[in-house]
Amino acid sequence: MTAIRPRAGIGGVGESAPRVDGLPKVKGEFEYASDLRREGMLWGETLRSPHPSARIRSIDVSQAAVRPGVRAVLVAADVPGRPRFGLDVKDQPVLAAEVVRYAGEPVAVVAADSQEAARQAIRAIAVDYEVLQPLTDMEAALHPDAPRVHPGGNVVRDVRILHGDPDAAAEVWVEGYYETGMQDQAPLGPEAGLAVPAVDGGVDLHVATQWLHADHEQIAPCLGLPEEKVRLHLSGVGGAFGAREDVSMQIHACLLALRTGRPVKMAYSRPESFSGHVHRHPSRIWMRHGARRDGTLVVVHARLLIDGGAYTSTSPAVIGNATTFAAGPYDVPNASLHGTAVFTNNPPCGAMRGFGAVQACFAYEAQMDRLAAALYMDPLALRLKNAMRPGTVMPTGQVVGGSAPVRKLIQGCAAMPLPPEEAAGGRDPIRLPGGAGNTSRGEGLARGAGYAVGFKNLAYSEGFDDSSQAWVRLSRDGQGAMAEVKTAAVEVGQGLDTIVAQIVRSELGVERVVQLPPDTAIGSAGSSSASRQTMMTGGAVQLACQAVRAELEARAGHHEVPDLIEFLDSPIEAVRTFHHRPTRALDGTGQGEPHVAFAFGAARAVVEVDRDLGLVRVVQLAVAQDVGRALNPQSVLGQIEGGSAQGLGFALMEEIDLAGGLVRNASFTDYLLPTTLDMPPVVSLLVEEPEPGMPFGAKGVGEPSTVVVPAAVVAALRAATGRALSRAPVKPDDLVGLRTFPGYRPPP
Amino acid sequence: MDVLLPRTLEEALEMKAAHPQTVPLAGGTDLMVDLNFGRLRPPSILDVSRLPELRVLSREDGHCFLGAGVPYSRITAELGEFRPLAQASRSVGSPQIRNRGTVGGNLGTASPAGDILPVLAVYQAEVDLVRPGDTRALAWDRFLLGPKRTAIAPDELIAGVRWKVFRGTGSFSKIGTRNAMVIAVASLCLVLDEDARQVRAALGSCGPTILRAAAAEDYLTAELRRAGSWDDPACRLGQPVIDAFAERVADAARPIDDVRGTAAYRRHGLRVLARRALAWALEDRRQGR
Repeated sequence: MTAIRPRAGIGGVGESAPRVDGLPKVKGEFEYASDLRREGMLWGETLRSPHPSARIRSIDVSQAAVRPGVRAVLVAADVPGRPRFGLDVKDQPVLAAEVVRYAGEPVAVVAADSQEAARQAIRAIAVDYEVLQPLTDMEAALHPDAPRVHPGGNVVRDVRILHGDPDAAAEVWVEGYYETGMQDQAPLGPEAGLAVPAVDGGVDLHVATQWLHADHEQIAPCLGLPEEKVRLHLSGVGGAFGAREDVSMQIHACLLALRTGRPVKMAYSRPESFSGHVHRHPSRIWMRHGARRDGTLVVVHARLLIDGGAYTSTSPAVIGNATTFAAGPYDVPNASLHGTAVFTNNPPCGAMRGFGAVQACFAYEAQMDRLAAALYMDPLALRLKNAMRPGTVMPTGQVVGGSAPVRKLIQGCAAMPLPPEEAAGGRDPIRLPGGAGNTSRGEGLARGAGYAVGFKNLAYSEGFDDSSQAWVRLSRDGQGAMAEVKTAAVEVGQGLDTIVAQIVRSELGVERVVQLPPDTAIGSAGSSSASRQTMMTGGAVQLACQAVRAELEARAGHHEVPDLIEFLDSPIEAVRTFHHRPTRALDGTGQGEPHVAFAFGAARAVVEVDRDLGLVRVVQLAVAQDVGRALNPQSVLGQIEGGSAQGLGFALMEEIDLAGGLVRNASFTDYLLPTTLDMPPVVSLLVEEPEPGMPFGAKGVGEPSTVVVPAAVVAALRAATGRALSRAPVKPDDLVGLRTFPGYRPPP
Repeated sequence: MDVLLPRTLEEALEMKAAHPQTVPLAGGTDLMVDLNFGRLRPPSILDVSRLPELRVLSREDGHCFLGAGVPYSRITAELGEFRPLAQASRSVGSPQIRNRGTVGGNLGTASPAGDILPVLAVYQAEVDLVRPGDTRALAWDRFLLGPKRTAIAPDELIAGVRWKVFRGTGSFSKIGTRNAMVIAVASLCLVLDEDARQVRAALGSCGPTILRAAAAEDYLTAELRRAGSWDDPACRLGQPVIDAFAERVADAARPIDDVRGTAAYRRHGLRVLARRALAWALEDRRQGR
């Protein structure tokens, strides 16, 4: 029997195939959602609450509605369907009706002939607010007398995990208190989309999102339309990082389009984008680690508090992650882990790259260094001694299955070459902490190195079946064989479209692969989140290709032919759905099998600190990552570098600055992202141990570097300065001793 | 919103006189941000970016004249001998911003964080203001009146700045919380003017406008005299003098807590920068740099 054989060099799996969207993006020809245009379209704008907590007494839109060029002004009463939306819990008003729970909450929307006219109309809407005292502190939210952000109270989710004997005795104890700030995903493309009313009374929405079907499921009921009358089409996505999991302008644009009968475009400005999406949860974490004198971990006690802001979003899953990972990638026989996500009147928090694992890693890795110091033990030796491995029982009772090369990662990371020592004097100051500011000729310079190990769950957890569907068609034309593939999976910049093409080429031996635009006409692909698409949509594409191949091989039968293309007189199509293995939710004591699989990572940071000024230059990041199998090595390295940059930003500068619930730095002037002078070279090591049950053994690769790099950078800063540095991002004030945090304090 | 496109300075001045509410645009690195954020809605914009008269860089009678439309990238490339000025220009934004942003913009915006303003303060620069048929020169501190406030009249444009060239060392340093493309948390410019035998120091981002550290200047000028250092650069100053100077620089600050930094850190940072800048200047004099 004739079989399709993989052909090397056609851009298949394992090759660093060039990105299918690379050239148009580099040349500026790629159409992002903010570039969408339609003849006769209107512009939509949003009026947002200036108050973090207020009662709406009245809204007067009469002045706005009569302004020139204004076609519609909508408030809560104009929402024809379900008044609320939300990813899981539908608690977020499409437009605020009676109360506003955070500054930036949408109150009214306008459609007008121009963006300028729409903006002026927004300013002409008069809202009479009864301003209330906002609840903005996550610990205060737990107090019984605290104002209730929602009628059900301020606890979004409380997770308790009891494992072994939490009262187990240990010989050496360390304790610590840690805080992390509110990071923004800062995608370069702000929220944007275009809603086009359809002749059937429905609407077509072109939008940049992470998950078309989750948007779809939330939009249609709010519009009061049956699902088939709402069709979503993916537009060019300018980065996501979790920021596009929640609905932003989607429902508003559709409402305005349906009301006016005209296409309506909405495109947030950068300041508005800070209100337009959820952020990374700020956290407060208390930890106590007990060990034997030989370094064997005995018990971990952790109390984790995260600020979910005003609405539920993905807070339940984020605190689930943070709590289940709180003991780190280690064999911990006894634990008591308690995590709580609370409501406050701060901006809502939700998904961001690392999703709860980042905050936990910052704390447990600081603890591991503290423990090593208390034991007079090498920090790497301590980690190696306790490293998780296949078969380790996690605090949830889940047995680590699949690949878990933690020791290999730690050793590989440590073995990567260190950057050369450089003399302090004689450098261009641009290569010193302070960079272009010319603040130093080498004075006060100290170098330090730090390590961190961490892990992240792959795909959705706790019983969720986030499957993905793919359609593949193999046909023949004058140029030979061609494969077409369609899914609803979103390319957010991570390289998924290229991976899909590679899988098709490898499975079908066809070089020419055409990818059809993602929309809701096919089944869900799940979210481009949780490092899952290469596994899930890659898996669906692989299954569909295998079905096509089986049919082709059946057609060929026992004929010996040089090329199977002869049997493609009629095309072959297949649709397949890929499911990951089922997981199990946590029970009352936090026992279950919550996670599908894990990706581990280890990072080493080498930093230079100007100890007098508290300025930092990161000299090198070394990241060893457990990738299962690198389907596109170049793309994997890109993910590691990008994730490292986001982690470095989290450690050193990226923080939404809140005062009384108000964002004080909603711009890229004051919300600082690392520049090329802040981001050092990244050296990477890919550890390839195939993950069973995943296509080609691949693991998702987007998140582990973001999980471990912050902890490694701050560990290196501690080594360089000798300071405790228990909060990220680390500010210059922390590095020069002008700001300190308690080493430990009792948890609430 | 109209955009006025003059071809000459004369035409620009007529337009400005006819439309006093118009806002000049050169590099647009401040103005466009204000427009995009909806903080400013001028009836019209006056594009001065093409005016050859504003792109002049000249030296005459012991003075240097820097046209308001000269971008920072040109300053770093062509005015390297004015080291603090070149250092301040290099610290501005990104290469793209330095290709567009101009001296006139820094002056017109009059932010206390304007990167080259502390340099102009220690250069004791004068700002040339023009109106149809008339020119006046204002000392930098009579031009900069407060945060985002200047003495410019509605019918005037900034032609450029002029300062007396002097012999001497100096430096500009700026603290920011990332290593490039950052608004100053605190900045310091220090020069030792060998001609006037005078020390001058100015602070950025540490008060409502650019501040000169007069007490620190007087103290160090006198200490250099006392040590005989003006005559012989090899004469050394003791560490206590350097520390006392740094203390006086920090005392000159009137910093606030804001989103970019704390007042305590600003004062602390200035103290460190002052110590370093003085040590560098003394070392550079000794080396004849």
